[in-house]
Amino acid sequence: MADSALHSPPLHTGQEIEFDRAKIRRDMIIRRIGKVGMAFNPIFAYFFLWAPIIILVVFSFNNAETVSVWRGFTTQWYQNIFTNALSAGTESARFSTEIMLTSVGNSLFVALVTTIISTVIGTMVAMSLVRGNFPGKSVMDAVLYLPVVIPEITQAISLAVFFRIVFDFVNNANDGLRAAPGFGTIIIGHVAFCISYVTIVVRARFADMNPRLEEAARDLGANEWRTFWRVTFPLILPGVIAGGLLAFTISLDDFIVTFFVSGIGTTTLPIFVYGLLKTRVPPEINAISTLMLVASTVLVGVSLIMQGRNAGKN
Amino acid sequence: MTQQPYDVELINVIKEFASPRKDGLVRAVDDVSLQISDGEFFALLGPSGCGKTTTLRMIAGFEDTSSGQILIRGNAVQDVPPFHRPVNTVFQDYALFPHMTALQNVMFGLEMEGVSRSEAKQRATEALELVQLPQAADRKPRQLSGGMQQRVALARALVKRPAVLLLDEPLSALDLKLREDMRYELKAMQKTLGITFIFVTHDQEEAMTMADRIAVMDRGKVLQVGTPEEIYETPATMFVADFIGETNFLRGKLVGQEGQYGVIELDSATTMRAMCGENPPAKGVETTVAIRPEKLTLFPVNGQVKYPDGSFDTAEAYRTAILKDPDIEVREGTIRQAVYIGTDTRYVVGIGKDRNMELTVRLQNYGLRSDAFFEKGQAVYVFWDSENARVLTS
Ligand SMILES: Nc1ncnc2c1ncn2[C@@H]1O[C@H](COP(=O)(O)OP(=O)(O)O)[C@@H](O)[C@H]1O
Ligand SMILES: [Mg+2]
Repeated sequence: MADSALHSPPLHTGQEIEFDRAKIRRDMIIRRIGKVGMAFNPIFAYFFLWAPIIILVVFSFNNAETVSVWRGFTTQWYQNIFTNALSAGTESARFSTEIMLTSVGNSLFVALVTTIISTVIGTMVAMSLVRGNFPGKSVMDAVLYLPVVIPEITQAISLAVFFRIVFDFVNNANDGLRAAPGFGTIIIGHVAFCISYVTIVVRARFADMNPRLEEAARDLGANEWRTFWRVTFPLILPGVIAGGLLAFTISLDDFIVTFFVSGIGTTTLPIFVYGLLKTRVPPEINAISTLMLVASTVLVGVSLIMQGRNAGKN
Repeated sequence: MTQQPYDVELINVIKEFASPRKDGLVRAVDDVSLQISDGEFFALLGPSGCGKTTTLRMIAGFEDTSSGQILIRGNAVQDVPPFHRPVNTVFQDYALFPHMTALQNVMFGLEMEGVSRSEAKQRATEALELVQLPQAADRKPRQLSGGMQQRVALARALVKRPAVLLLDEPLSALDLKLREDMRYELKAMQKTLGITFIFVTHDQEEAMTMADRIAVMDRGKVLQVGTPEEIYETPATMFVADFIGETNFLRGKLVGQEGQYGVIELDSATTMRAMCGENPPAKGVETTVAIRPEKLTLFPVNGQVKYPDGSFDTAEAYRTAILKDPDIEVREGTIRQAVYIGTDTRYVVGIGKDRNMELTVRLQNYGLRSDAFFEKGQAVYVFWDSENARVLTS
């Protein structure tokens, strides 16, 4: 009913309008407080987030053995880790640059193989989740996030138990086969949770992609295979690279799963660093950690840039 | 005797989708049969959601039919994938490959045919010239305006030399002015190339301007197929009459016959005559009469009527003069509303014994505005040729 407009008195033409100055002033103050709050909120949050890391980086250049007081700038600890020497008081028997570099090599090897396998599988999973139409798709879509949210320790233990069962089975089978934890188990463990990350990133890219583009390719005479390689893949490639870099970083950094499923001679860098920490915290740890931080940051940064690339929607 | 097959023929095509709540099926296309001849510019016209795109996608091969048959040049194409159909599509959002230049986009379809790179490049360049875009060859789609993208999409489809080109609202994303220019350009291009065009649009003006024949769709069904003139002048249903242009609908009862006309009683004191279609309603049945606003004319009840030659006559004399034509009907009315809209003035006139039946009348402003302007509340005569009034049964 048009009547409802009559319940409040109308503004007559020519009538002077009075503003409620007090109310306006009050609202302006609230707005100003809001603005200041908006600026400070992230500062607090970021302080908690970054303070420990900044301290670590700063003290990796601290000219002192103990990590509590600043005594000047040095690159001593960085030099130490590359010259077989550890600061006094550390049992240097447990440290050698060679062993460290071997563990770096192991980490890189595991990360590389993990990345390749999980990227290929993750991309295929993403494709069927977005484009496919099969029973149980929505359930699979939902459980995709599970490996991301369940505690890593749970994953680690479940993998350890899983491998124990498999190895018992294989080793008791009396067929001469012998199996033991090693790179295989680490890589399988890493792939198991990296697939989720890759799938999530690539799926977002797929979902952003205009399905008409693939139809256009087929309309113009490309069969499914050529459509994929000429149109789909180039367009999701930034997502695939981003997912791969993410998998690489996660694998490189992983400690818990690796710790539970690794065997002899497959020490990765995080495991090696943990070994050094057993007695006390030598300042070289700060240096190694800083280097790992830089490497991860670069990889994740590139991954984010790739994810942000124009998704091919016009 | 072999008959030249139609370029595209749809026979009782039905398409059903799972309903959004997955509790049944919705019919997007409901028993559609169409015959489209070689070289025809054919428009599928209807409101949004009536099934136009779905129909087009079935012809292109992106959707299967739920039942019925689609023939392309006489061949059933159920099992033929899109990439083997001699049909190409200009998509509504153009769907240009964003990672390729305009030229590469146009070359794509030729490369898929196995045409050599150099020949593909040459033919693609020619296609871009055809759509007047040679300068954009090396630009990526995102560097092109909407109008340019649309031309690239057109070139990309035409370079394949398809038997049939499908266009899904290709002009809807363009500015009004460009859209109007493109109508004539597309039409001219189609006539030059001689390719069959199936053109989807919800814009009746667009369909009327370009198409040789129009199929009007509503809720999955084709209501009428005909030339623009047939659709406009002799709409088959109320929906068609209402969707194409403006129409007056008057409710009444068929009470008799007068020559070729049915006589419809609008109220106890008012009747009018109207053409009945092939199956006229029975006597006494409630029906609807449709008449276009521009077929109605007004002159004042009191005062003088000015003739084109400048002479004047009284309204009464004028009325007597025009009623000499047996097809003319005159009714008294009152102006309810008058809106000046540039090319013409739109009046709402109340007729009937209580003046409560509304007729919209459009009078062209061919002279000075003051010459032919009626005011609200003014008593007028409305007259029309009964041939222009039609009884609609559905
Ligand atoms: N893939 C689909 N799944 C379910 N319903 C669909 C699908 N495509 C179209 N429809 C439905 O079919 C009807 C016709 O759609 P469409 O052909 O796109 O209409 P138009 O192109 O005339 O606007 C709409 O009700 C739409 O919601
Ligand atoms: Mg549509």
